[in-house]
Amino acid sequence: MKLFREVILIFGIYYIGEFLTTFLNLPIPGNLVGMLLLFLLLCCNVVKLKQVSTVSDFLLSHLSFFFIPAGVGLMSNFSLIANAWFPIIIVCAITTIITMGVTGKVVQLIMKKGKK
Amino acid sequence: METLLQSPMFGILLSLLAFECAILIQKKTKLLILNPLMVAIVMVILFLVVTQIDLSYYQVGGDIINMFLGPATVVLAVPLYRQIHNLKAYFIPILCGIFIGTLVGLCSILLCSVLFGFDLQMMASLLPKSVTTPIGVELSKQLGGIPSITIFNILITGIVGAVGADFICKMLKITEPVAKGIAIGTSAHALGTTKALQLGQTEGAMSSLAIGIAGIMTVLLAPLLWNFVLPLLA
Repeated sequence: MKLFREVILIFGIYYIGEFLTTFLNLPIPGNLVGMLLLFLLLCCNVVKLKQVSTVSDFLLSHLSFFFIPAGVGLMSNFSLIANAWFPIIIVCAITTIITMGVTGKVVQLIMKKGKK
Repeated sequence: METLLQSPMFGILLSLLAFECAILIQKKTKLLILNPLMVAIVMVILFLVVTQIDLSYYQVGGDIINMFLGPATVVLAVPLYRQIHNLKAYFIPILCGIFIGTLVGLCSILLCSVLFGFDLQMMASLLPKSVTTPIGVELSKQLGGIPSITIFNILITGIVGAVGADFICKMLKITEPVAKGIAIGTSAHALGTTKALQLGQTEGAMSSLAIGIAGIMTVLLAPLLWNFVLPLLA
């Protein structure tokens, strides 16, 4: 019974998120609206952590499994990256290093300023 | 045979088997480069190519697995909520860091894409590459990218981030555990977080906190930036 209730809550919140995005024409994907909604409900203590934790932990710890079909879809777009895979990897690597470096430096700088 | 292939069970079973094998390989080798998701995707593709079974048969079951991505994004709120005390303690540095890091990251993707001569569709598929996959896929669709290519980019980014995190932080003298964690989570989502957890508890907590916030900021910033540069590129 507890698991059913958890699933109802999580799927329900997701569906409400999709509903809000569709009907209010929000520029944010419905799944993200659902995430913000659940976060707010948790913060306001309307939903308790233990009311969603079992299913949440299951989904989160096996998250990567659910991306397999989407990744396999790459098959039908294979021609698009067949010639460009190497530059793509280079761009991904460079920009990841930039993002990591800038984020870390900014956080560190502000923290040090705050301590002084 | 035809009816057996048309059953959603075919795609679901194939995915489960591939993932199980991929996790076994990961446990045996412990190599971050052999990411289970990537290995599983390659195995399914190879299987379909070798047996010459059409992708559409696999997608019958695949679509059912896909359906769970929505609720899986929603529950990202749970780790965010569990880290709320950390968010409160370092509110300003965390938000400023993620905001500036995300913005610079997005600009660097656009700049690199122009330098490498990528087309608009490829750029749109690259922009969401630092966020967690369920958010990235939706954002990619919204910008006019190709979701499966975005997944490829997100995977590569995560692997680069996870493998290189320690080295990058040392080179740039990012020593504060809070800064390290936020930097890893913002740039390399959940895959990077696996590495952050190995570096330390604070690093891991901060990294998982950054995933959700970086996701939200990217969703807000990327379309703005995209609409701004689109007329310049076209």
